[in-house]
Amino acid sequence: MPSQNNPDDRLALLQGTLDLLILKTLVLGPRHGQGIARSIQRQSEEVFLVDHGSLYLALQRLEDKKWINAKWGVSENNRKARFYSLTPRGHEQLVEKTSEWQRLTRAMELILNGSSSPSAEEA
Amino acid sequence: MSKSKRRAEDFAAEIQSHLALEADELKREGLSEGEAQRRAHVEFGSVSTARERFYLRSRVVWLDNLARDAKFALRQLARGPGFAITAIVVLALGIGASVAIFAFVDAALLEPLPYTDPNHLVQVDEGNDRFPDWPLSYPDFLDWQRLNHSFSSLDVFSPTGFLLRSGAVTEPVQAMRVSGGFFQTLGVHPSLGRDFNPGEDRVGGPNVVLLSYSAWLHRFGARRDLIGQVIDLDGAAYTVIGVLPREFSFAILSNAEFWVPINRLSFHEHSRGFYAFMGIGRLRKGVSVQSALADMKTIAAQLQRQYPTPGREASAGVVLLSEVVTGNVRPILLTLLGGAGLLLLIACVNVASLILLRSETRRREIAVRSALGATPSRLLRQFVAEGLVFALTGCAAGIAVAAGFMRVLSRLVPKDMAANMPFLSAAGFSAHTGWFISAIALSAAFPLAITPILRLSFQPLRDGLVDGDRSSAGRVWRSLGTSMVVVELAVAVVLLAGAGLLGKSFYKLLHVPLGFEPDHLATVAVMAPNSAYTTDEQVIALYREIVRRTSILPGAKLAGVTSLLPVQCDCGIDRISFPGRPYHGEHNDVDERHISPNYLPALGAKLISGRFFTESDDASHPGVAVINQTLARTYFPGHGPVGQRIADDEGGNPAEWTIVGVIEDVREGPLDAPVAAAEYFPINQTRQNEFSLAVRTSQDAGSQLPELVSTLQQIDPNLGVSNEATMDEKVGATQAALLHRFSAWLVSGFATMSLVLGVIGLYGVVAYLVSQRTREIGVRMALGAQRSSVYSLVMRQAGWLTLAGLAIGLVCSLGTSMLIRSLLFGVQPWDGLILVCSATLLGLASMAASFLPARRAASVDPVEALRAE
Repeated sequence: MPSQNNPDDRLALLQGTLDLLILKTLVLGPRHGQGIARSIQRQSEEVFLVDHGSLYLALQRLEDKKWINAKWGVSENNRKARFYSLTPRGHEQLVEKTSEWQRLTRAMELILNGSSSPSAEEA
Repeated sequence: MSKSKRRAEDFAAEIQSHLALEADELKREGLSEGEAQRRAHVEFGSVSTARERFYLRSRVVWLDNLARDAKFALRQLARGPGFAITAIVVLALGIGASVAIFAFVDAALLEPLPYTDPNHLVQVDEGNDRFPDWPLSYPDFLDWQRLNHSFSSLDVFSPTGFLLRSGAVTEPVQAMRVSGGFFQTLGVHPSLGRDFNPGEDRVGGPNVVLLSYSAWLHRFGARRDLIGQVIDLDGAAYTVIGVLPREFSFAILSNAEFWVPINRLSFHEHSRGFYAFMGIGRLRKGVSVQSALADMKTIAAQLQRQYPTPGREASAGVVLLSEVVTGNVRPILLTLLGGAGLLLLIACVNVASLILLRSETRRREIAVRSALGATPSRLLRQFVAEGLVFALTGCAAGIAVAAGFMRVLSRLVPKDMAANMPFLSAAGFSAHTGWFISAIALSAAFPLAITPILRLSFQPLRDGLVDGDRSSAGRVWRSLGTSMVVVELAVAVVLLAGAGLLGKSFYKLLHVPLGFEPDHLATVAVMAPNSAYTTDEQVIALYREIVRRTSILPGAKLAGVTSLLPVQCDCGIDRISFPGRPYHGEHNDVDERHISPNYLPALGAKLISGRFFTESDDASHPGVAVINQTLARTYFPGHGPVGQRIADDEGGNPAEWTIVGVIEDVREGPLDAPVAAAEYFPINQTRQNEFSLAVRTSQDAGSQLPELVSTLQQIDPNLGVSNEATMDEKVGATQAALLHRFSAWLVSGFATMSLVLGVIGLYGVVAYLVSQRTREIGVRMALGAQRSSVYSLVMRQAGWLTLAGLAIGLVCSLGTSMLIRSLLFGVQPWDGLILVCSATLLGLASMAASFLPARRAASVDPVEALRAE
């Protein structure tokens, strides 16, 4: 089955996270757009809803920034597809963005988990 | 990389491939063909939205719109070609004139000197307030060079002439004597051969010569093996050591072809009182012109204490070389630039008001477009694009016009004068001109784009759809349009008044009293080789032979020779004193001329008292002099000068001269300078190897010239004969006449164009106002108004506009004519006649321009007019 989850439970991607996910997906090797979309959905255990229009715009944006390269090629089942691959600059960005993201989530976690006790005292 | 230009088709193909891949995968997961395709589409969402987003995110949209706006603007232009052509021609004239003038200003004022680091080059002289460019004496130069702390190098030059003999031909050529470091000071290196070696400029140094590029090219066929060879100058052998670069020019005597070191001084030149050398210094880093001047003044004062000379005053001058070279053309060029700027202003205002008029007629179109959903910003962009299209096409046409103007302008500058301003030949399209054109294009596009925007933002949508000009917005706009016409007319008055003043100056200049009759006077410059004519007797015999042979030519009446022809310069200055009167070194500086007996009668000079010279006034008789009236008035007030004596110092030899005659002032100096005191000595008592011959003719003087030249060559083929011209030509070719002619013609050209443009502008506005009031006029006439009252209705409105323009223009022209007063000659900046004439001319032209629309208004058929709405 294509998707087990109810579409309503899926999360819209946070602004700016799509770029990071694309870069991460491409670490394993060149992929075409449809493969990237599938991969993100599968790896997030179908939690993320990938808007395909946004995905292709994001790909175009990353390509303009020269973080990824694109080349028309042939897929495993003999279809013409546009394959994207990471550039060295993309690699650098991935490392940087990942650590940024980790610091962000850690901070979020600290606040979200730690905020209950002081507010309880105040109340 | 082509990635930034990825095409929408490519993107669509990628989406198609995505859909196919997804469907494949869904099929693998067990869906049927049709279902898989459907799901893939559903999962993807709207394909067209994705494509639109792709399209919108790229720059293509912006460019697309711009291209569409430009295309639309061009179509609009093509739809009203009359309007477009008028606007573009007007802009092209304005832009072309100002670009051409700017190119000259750029060449003359920004890049005048083709030397290394020209801002550190100064002219150094012994000038004082009365004679700002007084040259140095050679001993002074050596001391100044040794004692100064201001210059990294100081050199001198002194123009001279040679007779160049090649084969059987002898020709006089211009040359320059320079001190050894001259070219290093300028920062010029010979393009072939070498510079002077140290020591070659010491007394007794070798005869070496550097050639100018053109001399090398034209006289010696650009032979590279010329270096090291020997040429014959004045009968002496000179070794050619090098050729100066092609771009080298020396504005002060640019046609000097032979450059020799100063290593031989004449008897006079050893004297501290013989001033013949002009200094060129390169300022040390960080030394200003003022401090260099103070330094030189200290040295001059020190030398004066060391070598006290009566009649000499310690003085020094240090002026930037660029000032010296361009000083006299600067006010003219700035005036012309100002005039061109005003013309450009008129052109822009004119086109802006044309566009306004048209945007008025397009109100309905705009209203319809905005009703159909065009956003205000979209509409504004449309107008900006139109303004840009105008400005750009105007600029392109303007560049073509400028190229034409430049060609005409450089032809207007006669060759003699252009030779002294080599920088003018560099006028053309350069990086500076490019920047200037871009700046003009932008500043022209701005008002062209902004006026319709102003207009649009005043306009509520509804007013546009409901036609008829009754809104308050219409009035606001109308006052804007009319004030533009007032500006145009005012500027036209300013230019007309300026042209009038300059034209009158030119007229006055040409009719300044000369003190002689310039018509039917043929002149030619003669140079007797020093090698062949060494004694007084030989030279005097030559004068007599020349005068005798030329005055018996058919058509010749009287002939005489002089050291310097009149109306050339206040040069050949002598400092005189008066025996029997105390003398404390006063600056009694007078023009000194050496003339043959018949010279003054040949000129047509008028004797007031005493006599002219005779052949017996020669070396065997006591020295005699003829003076002009100014000298008599200045130094012998109240008593007859005939019989009195004057004394001078002929290069270290004190001499006394008895005055035998007084003549009415003959203008020796330039046309625009007051007549200086002048003394004339018999050339038989003070011989000159370089002199000019003047022959009074009964027929046309120009036709006599070839015969004069051939007669001189018959007398002695070794004579250098040059500069044959009629006196009228000589006067017309003087710098003062040329500069005044140049500025008068150009500013008149600008004024004519501005008059035409201003009047066209007025016509346009009045015609528009009439067209807006057609219905009102129809109603008036239907109610019984006479045609004459309709005439006066329109003419009154035009009259007010004209009056306002005239009033503002007259006030402004008083200001501008004060600015150009340095160019005026014999005319006051507030010359009433000229102001009245300019105002009348413009007033008449304006009335004529408004008469046409007034007649159209008066011939309105009330029935038609009322039905029109």
